[in-house]
Amino acid sequence: MSTLTPDRKAELRRDRSPRKDRLLRGMRTPGGAVFILLLALLAAVIFVNPSFGEPGSLIRFIGRTAPIAIAAIGQYFVIVSGEFDLSMGSVVTAQVIIAGNLIGQDDAKVLPVLLLMLVFGALIGLINGLVTTLLKIPSFIVTLGMMLALLGLVLYWTGGAATGNPADTFRQIGRGGIENIPVLEILPYPVLILLAIAAGAFWLMRRPYGRTLIAVGDNARAAALTGARVWWIRTRAFILSSLAATVAGIILVGYAGVHPSVGRGYEFTAITAVVLGGVVLGGGRGWVLSAAAGAFALEMLFTLLNFAGVASTWRDTVQGIIIVAAVAAGARTWERRRRGASSATHDKQTPIAQPPAVGTNEGGK
Amino acid sequence: MRRSIQSKVTAVAAAALLALTACTTDPSIENPPAAETEGGEAAATPAEEGGDEWFDQAAFDEQSEQRSASFTGDPEQPWLQYLEGEMTDTSEFASEGAKKVCFANASISNPWRQTGWITMNQQLEVLVEQGVISEMETRDAQDDDNTQIADIDYFIAEGDCDAFIISPNSTAAMTPAVERACETGKPVIVFDRGVETDCATTFIHPIGGFAWGIDTAEFLIDNLEEGDKVVALRILPGVDVLEQRWAAAEKIFEENGIEATDYFTGADPTEIKKIISDELATGDVQGVWMDAGDGAVAAIEAFEDAGKDYPVMTGEDEMSFLRKWEETGLTGLAPVYSNFQWRTPLLAVEKIFAGEEVPKEWVLPQTPIPEEERADFLASNEGMPDGHYAKFGGTDLPGYPEVWQERQIP
Repeated sequence: MSTLTPDRKAELRRDRSPRKDRLLRGMRTPGGAVFILLLALLAAVIFVNPSFGEPGSLIRFIGRTAPIAIAAIGQYFVIVSGEFDLSMGSVVTAQVIIAGNLIGQDDAKVLPVLLLMLVFGALIGLINGLVTTLLKIPSFIVTLGMMLALLGLVLYWTGGAATGNPADTFRQIGRGGIENIPVLEILPYPVLILLAIAAGAFWLMRRPYGRTLIAVGDNARAAALTGARVWWIRTRAFILSSLAATVAGIILVGYAGVHPSVGRGYEFTAITAVVLGGVVLGGGRGWVLSAAAGAFALEMLFTLLNFAGVASTWRDTVQGIIIVAAVAAGARTWERRRRGASSATHDKQTPIAQPPAVGTNEGGK
Repeated sequence: MRRSIQSKVTAVAAAALLALTACTTDPSIENPPAAETEGGEAAATPAEEGGDEWFDQAAFDEQSEQRSASFTGDPEQPWLQYLEGEMTDTSEFASEGAKKVCFANASISNPWRQTGWITMNQQLEVLVEQGVISEMETRDAQDDDNTQIADIDYFIAEGDCDAFIISPNSTAAMTPAVERACETGKPVIVFDRGVETDCATTFIHPIGGFAWGIDTAEFLIDNLEEGDKVVALRILPGVDVLEQRWAAAEKIFEENGIEATDYFTGADPTEIKKIISDELATGDVQGVWMDAGDGAVAAIEAFEDAGKDYPVMTGEDEMSFLRKWEETGLTGLAPVYSNFQWRTPLLAVEKIFAGEEVPKEWVLPQTPIPEEERADFLASNEGMPDGHYAKFGGTDLPGYPEVWQERQIP
């Protein structure tokens, strides 16, 4: 981008549609529509149960959904690069158990164990990534194997039962918050962690790494021909995913406590959230914050079903229907775009105010 | 040519997708919640009838009486106490020498089973030392019916067993395998969950699920007003001992005008917190009923996090609940599904090979821990981990208390 002259930049800016139009067009992509869905669901929940709309309740809802949203952001990196990470849930479980068993009631161990957990998370991601990219085994299989291996490890270590909660200082990360805040009452730490991670992910996706990641997901061969090191870009996506699972695990230890069932099904919830956020399975399309919004929409939907008195046993069914429906809707939209129907016939094109000068027209050569 | 076929196929597929999604996706944005609501309510009704399926008035009445019945035997050794009833004559099994015991265990996947498993192994140590048992071969089915059937068949075929101990994973599925074990003519001891056959030499269990449901529901009723709201947290459907707890409690709640809503949690604390938070966001909750104490702390924490008053609550005799109960000072009761029953099967083996008669159905005492006794149990179990059960009944066994404190799972 830096090679562009100021003139060219100005030209690009001039040829852009007005902000309003771009927003409107964005909202019509699956990645944008999820925000509308989220608002609609929020309105529905508040309609069913007005007290949910109070700032205090709402911020607590955001706090408790934060780990799922963080997991969805992590899963986004892997999915947009054209892979899957099924090991996420068992990484969460393993981390929860590590925290419970290693920290115990000793405050001094909080920081070292926290570091160990991050290293362990990164290592899992590294293994997933390297085996997928270098040994050319489909990530579906690699991460499935990792999921089973970790679950077996947890079972071996705990016999499948809880051991007891770690020190309260550690649990504060997921359970506590900044208190005495006007209007909100409390600002839970998970909300702050989520904001930081979302901002970081947003920034990363605008960096060269993020752009290349999407390119790799869209067409790995083309990306490789442009000189991108596809294996390392994908491996880093797996590391980011495992680290996100680790952070989710750290929050969940605080929020819920140590139990081998914590994290169960997280990989599918995260994948559902990502798909609901309009990210295309197979990679190359989708916006990272839509994945987070997908997580919120999903949890909001479950809350709505709960308030409406639907038995929680229906959750899995709903989740299944959503995956299929969201993929179908996404495929339809992207299909239409690819054929050029959408923007050509429906969107008002911004007329170019000044036809480009002949000299700048490289095609004229 | 090939390309044009391909593009045709794509076009057809896309058109089909368009046609499909045109009908389904657009309305789906507005309708699914409503549609799901209808479906859910329709399904919720049979689910309630499903609850009745587990209700058995005769068993309910019987267990209700057994709660206050007097047990035969030394109250200091509740694991050997039993209710008077039909006895099995075991004189045919009387013989000298150490015996090999084969134990088909359902799993050790929850803290209750782990605690019992530790106690059982310490009891085994005593009996091996006394020369009653030579060894115990154990197979853990990891909560899987098929694995346990295979385990039992393995024991029958090549286990070289003198006696079988079976802790069934599920009631109906395990019945044929237990019958096959009975056909060997060797003593068969079934404990904890039951099977649909009375071929076993003895079936050891505490009073039962209905007694638990009656104790807990009556406690909540005594401490709540009519019209109060109770959230019932249940681990999973389909296990008889758990279903009976809820069947009894639900009936009593209904009769006394308590509004009870039940949820399945899988003992997942995340799920429990979410359920309680949502319930508290909808309205006040005055009581919490649990079919097992695993996760009780998460339920109490949800009230703390929401800044609400503590509920009246029934948990279990798990240390985590007893400790949190004392710390918060809430009104509570710790029902007990007697963990000391894990000692009884091995002691039954001793009796059987000595030719002493054993109860055909060995009903062990099952007494909840009320607030007055809580301090005693907390003191006698000091230093035990959170997943330990107060009524584990192993204070006279070797290795006490370190083995339980360290939770040395064999």
